[in-house]
Amino acid sequence: MAKLIELKGISKSYDGEKVIDSMNLYIRDKEFITLLGPSGCGKTTTLRIIGGFETADEGELYFDGVEISVVPAYKRNVNTVFQKYALFPHLNVYENIAFPLRLKKVAEEEIQTKVTEMLKMVALVGFENKSVSTLSGGQQQRVAIARALISHPRVLLLDEPLGALDLKLRKDMQNELKTIQQAIGITFIYVTHDQEEALSMSDTIVVMADGEIQQIGTPTDIYNEPKNAFVADFIGESNIIDGIMLEDKKVKLASHVFDCVDGGYAPNEPVDVVIRPEDVDVVAPEAGMLTGQVTSVTFKGVHYEIIVDIKGFKWMIQSTDYVAPDAVIGLYIEPDAIHIMKKSKYSGKFGDYSSFSDEIDQLSDADSAEEF
Amino acid sequence: MKKYASRIYLCLIFGILYIPIATVILFSFNNSPSTAEFSGFSFYWYKELFRSEEAWIALRNTLILAISSSLIATVIGTAAAEGIYKMRSKLLKLTINSVTNIPMMNPDIVTGMSMMLFFAAIMGIFRIADYNNIGFLAMLISHTTFCLPYVILSVLPRINELGDSLSEAALDLGCTPIRAFFKVKLPNIMPGVISGLVLAFTMSLDDFVISYFVGPTNFQTLPLLIYSMTKKTVKPDMYALSTIIIISVFTLLIASNIKSIIHTSPKRFKKGGKIR
Repeated sequence: MAKLIELKGISKSYDGEKVIDSMNLYIRDKEFITLLGPSGCGKTTTLRIIGGFETADEGELYFDGVEISVVPAYKRNVNTVFQKYALFPHLNVYENIAFPLRLKKVAEEEIQTKVTEMLKMVALVGFENKSVSTLSGGQQQRVAIARALISHPRVLLLDEPLGALDLKLRKDMQNELKTIQQAIGITFIYVTHDQEEALSMSDTIVVMADGEIQQIGTPTDIYNEPKNAFVADFIGESNIIDGIMLEDKKVKLASHVFDCVDGGYAPNEPVDVVIRPEDVDVVAPEAGMLTGQVTSVTFKGVHYEIIVDIKGFKWMIQSTDYVAPDAVIGLYIEPDAIHIMKKSKYSGKFGDYSSFSDEIDQLSDADSAEEF
Repeated sequence: MKKYASRIYLCLIFGILYIPIATVILFSFNNSPSTAEFSGFSFYWYKELFRSEEAWIALRNTLILAISSSLIATVIGTAAAEGIYKMRSKLLKLTINSVTNIPMMNPDIVTGMSMMLFFAAIMGIFRIADYNNIGFLAMLISHTTFCLPYVILSVLPRINELGDSLSEAALDLGCTPIRAFFKVKLPNIMPGVISGLVLAFTMSLDDFVISYFVGPTNFQTLPLLIYSMTKKTVKPDMYALSTIIIISVFTLLIASNIKSIIHTSPKRFKKGGKIR
């Protein structure tokens, strides 16, 4: 697939504060790409630069090989679904969707066919004459999508489009968006802070923090092989432990030498080690590679969430078997469950569950992971 | 006891406010020229009022001036409000806002006098001998100027409330900035524009002080006419005129109240439909 959009060294500051720092990124034709990160990471600004609502201070933006850095929004073959939908309250559903065609002075008959087609696609047939303000959030969302797609843009930008919907509706819309994207075969650039949304919808995920790209990859790559402590922590739950790479495929952490599958580090190089909570097996203390004392157990439905104190560092373990609080347990970890990362500026900031509580998790889910 | 006191107080207030007006209305229907004794009901003074050509011309002048100046002020004021909204520098925004409010805060008499001086200077510069030649234009400029801040004041909050999201959506869908303004922004700030227009219209309609300074002899407005008549003896035909004005204003007031009730009906403000 060819490169459709390319950002080269894009930087943007507001009031002297860098929001995006020399960003390089290319987006392929027909892919579903997600910019994922906490609020303030620069993802929305990136989207607004692609949409033409902001101009980058430095760098160039290419669309299909042509530089469009200073082309105004209305001349770009890119449409946006806004966070708050931005439907026109003075027009009804039909006229909202027909708006882009009316601008182009398309014949009335063609408008009618196309709008009906769009209404069918977003399952809003029969809502033509309703005022947009009487629609529910989900319905308004569909109108916004239909309006953005009716003039067949090459790219659809979506700025946290599901943020205002409740959980159930959000899941339905996720599937629907993915289906629409595959049906019409255009590029979707999706902005969200919801890692689960990103994992389930995207072909490619771009993880951003502090105005910089942390990692680009497929959802499985991002989850299984995070590049640094920030990515590991932001995508899913992770235990991030300081380790020392003794030699290839041998890592020492918590005073125990583990076999692993990674290599290519200098002998005795300090590294960050990621171990996902679901990859740790609970065994009898004498059979474990590590032993620790359970400090809390929370029932989560699918599994128990167990916090274990191992030499002062709190690990999170997800297990379907119940363990009593205060019990001493052994942990067993397969070599391929151990993922090694180079040290980064995020090392030591994430991945310790000593101050963990459900409340903090809930609060920080929405905006920042730094509260851990 | 307390209840009675408050009732009496209320009656007193309304009495003082409305008895004089009621008296004017009542005596406009008097069949004798007496301003003290009501001797019988008749439309005599209304006939008398509209027999005088002067009153008709003054009424026509007042309406022409009020309509044209309020329309011009609405166009300029709406454009100005949009311009002020778009300004990036906070300091500049504040300065422009304060400057445009000067005609409103300034006592009319000062505005009137400075306008008069300004037009005198214009006459000097362009060697215009007869003030009547530029009289209407002068009145139009003066009225537009003092109406302008009222328009800005009623449009700007609407623009602020609307924000950028709708305009951005319009740009995104292919509108040029100008088209985005007319197709999307203007329809959504219309209530503010209309109330600015009505406000400007009534301001121009009842202005006396500024018109007194600026008005030429060949363009007399109703307030000026009434004033010149009161300098002689007040006849009940002026009561008739006042009654007509009172009733028009009252009708306008009721109409705009009904309109605002319709506009704020819950339908417009359902969840998600409200624009930030």
